[in-house]
Amino acid sequence: MSSQLLRALRIVLMVMVGLFFLFPLLWVVLMSFMTNVDILRSPPSPFFVPTLRNYLALISGHLSTSSGNVQIDYMHNLLNSVILSVCSVVVSLILGVPAAYAFARYKFRGGEDMAFTLLSFRFAPPLLVLLPLLGYFQTLHLYDTYFGLVWVYQLITLPLVLWIVRGYFEDVSEDIELAYRLDGHGWLATFFKISIPLARPGIAAAGLLSFIFAWNNFIFALILGSSDVQPVTVGALAFITASGIEYGQIAAALVLSVIPTLVLAIFTQRYLVEGLSLGAIKG
Amino acid sequence: MSTLTLTDVSKVYPGSSERSVDDVSMAIKDGEIIALLGSSGCGKTSTLRMVAGFESVTSGTIRIGDTVINRLKPSERNVAMAFEGYALYPPLKVRDNIAFSLLRGRTAKAEIDRRVKAVSDMLELGPMLEKFPPNLSGGQQQRVSLARALVRDASAYLLDEPMSQLEPQLRALLRARIKDHMTLHRMTTVIVTHDQTEAIALSDRVAVMDKGLLQQFGTPEDLRERPANLFVASFIGEPPMNLYTAEVGGGELVVLDERGTPAFRIPCQPGEFAGRRRLSIGIRPHRVHLGAPGNGAAGGSDALIPGEVLSNHWLGDHSHAGIGIGGCFLIAVADRHVEAGVGSQVVLRIPRDAIHIFDDETGLAVAHGLSA
Repeated sequence: MSSQLLRALRIVLMVMVGLFFLFPLLWVVLMSFMTNVDILRSPPSPFFVPTLRNYLALISGHLSTSSGNVQIDYMHNLLNSVILSVCSVVVSLILGVPAAYAFARYKFRGGEDMAFTLLSFRFAPPLLVLLPLLGYFQTLHLYDTYFGLVWVYQLITLPLVLWIVRGYFEDVSEDIELAYRLDGHGWLATFFKISIPLARPGIAAAGLLSFIFAWNNFIFALILGSSDVQPVTVGALAFITASGIEYGQIAAALVLSVIPTLVLAIFTQRYLVEGLSLGAIKG
Repeated sequence: MSTLTLTDVSKVYPGSSERSVDDVSMAIKDGEIIALLGSSGCGKTSTLRMVAGFESVTSGTIRIGDTVINRLKPSERNVAMAFEGYALYPPLKVRDNIAFSLLRGRTAKAEIDRRVKAVSDMLELGPMLEKFPPNLSGGQQQRVSLARALVRDASAYLLDEPMSQLEPQLRALLRARIKDHMTLHRMTTVIVTHDQTEAIALSDRVAVMDKGLLQQFGTPEDLRERPANLFVASFIGEPPMNLYTAEVGGGELVVLDERGTPAFRIPCQPGEFAGRRRLSIGIRPHRVHLGAPGNGAAGGSDALIPGEVLSNHWLGDHSHAGIGIGGCFLIAVADRHVEAGVGSQVVLRIPRDAIHIFDDETGLAVAHGLSA
């Protein structure tokens, strides 16, 4: 087969794969500019008069439906998402990076068991833990607080940070740290000046991944908080109103909620790629 | 630029019952270059890492000058080290890797540049100074690692397998340069290596280690001519020393083959080994002279032993001949081409001072050379 034909075939295949994965996203973006009437038209048509009504409703917080006006607090939910995800990732990095270093560098009694226990948090179905946790949260007055939710979010983000960053620390030769210490630097300086910079791509990748996981979480906030602290994932439920489902607003809400993660992914892409190629440039 | 003294130093790793380093004592003089020589797992790297401060000392003391450094942090010991795995900082250029330790010590910029240039010229690193470590070959990285250690002003220099990755020609050249540099600057240096040629070429004294124990600490000549025990005798020298078991008879040593039958006899003074029944004897391959049968009269008081040539290899500048004597096998090395073909008869002349006697049970040296 000629190489030109192969190339053409490859392009066709890549477009097909791309369409397969991106079409739902594209459709959601289109939906966010449609009225409910356009969305529910059968057969569906890509030709419609675009409207900003959905976005305006989200931003102003007034949703007018056939059965009257409904107050929605979507922008507040969006802010909650940002607060919860950013705080969870920051706390996880502060706790997880030194812990990952300890697990990577030192063998201590029960170390492997501890690391595995942290990983096992990811095995259990969250609902199983959540109902008893609800009881505790109400007793401890953690219900419906950012603090409580960030704490529970550690179940999602901390194991990710710990296990990903641990692998990166294990890949960095201990001798590099020892060489730095011989040059007259203390343990702490070595950790901050050598270990962390060398594991930075891993830390960035782990931070981004756990941010996405935290951002997409639904069940924790649904049960452990009210609308005061709930993120967009739970907030989108408000669009299922008495008079029907507001598909247009749901789509617009989705588009708005994807933007922060998308922006973050684009900005950290360099680190992600660096992280993947680190293995290739290691001495 | 200081003495380095180890006194009864032992290391037991957590979870292990064995001593990886067992009561090692050695006094390294100011400006002396020594080599720790041994096979993998003999405790040489553990010893080096204890001096650097990366491993705790289980018992014993390590001193630099008069200061006990056991409990000092690595950063407080003022030792420089070249790592076996190079341990270069990947994000820094070669130049900055070398200068790294100097930048901290308030050394003037011009002085840093001068020293980096001197050490990189010595190690042929000039063209690589602006490159990054991941883009260098193993041998080049190793030289950078060596340069980073040598550029410092340290009390002691620890070099772990410093030239294992270098090409043979460059290695020979750099060995000489580094040795001159270290001698000139009176650098107290410990080199860890499993390569005896390197140990002997670079160092003033060599410490042979096995199973955590210091077997012998002496000059290369000591190790070759006066090995302290059977381990050193068999470890030092290429090809290794010929070793046999012998029984003491009246006025002669009866050398036995593997099945215990007498293979050949070496005359000795009557009563020289009185009180002993069995001995181990060793003969260096380089000290055995090969002659044609009938020329024996020239031997004087040396032992003359007939044998049969079993193999004969010319290695370009010397010959390795395998000789069968009864049931024993002996390797002889001659620095000339040996004509004798396989199967021909020869007479071996072994100088009396080339016969090493060891205790059969403890392996400790009893005598180096028979009395005439």
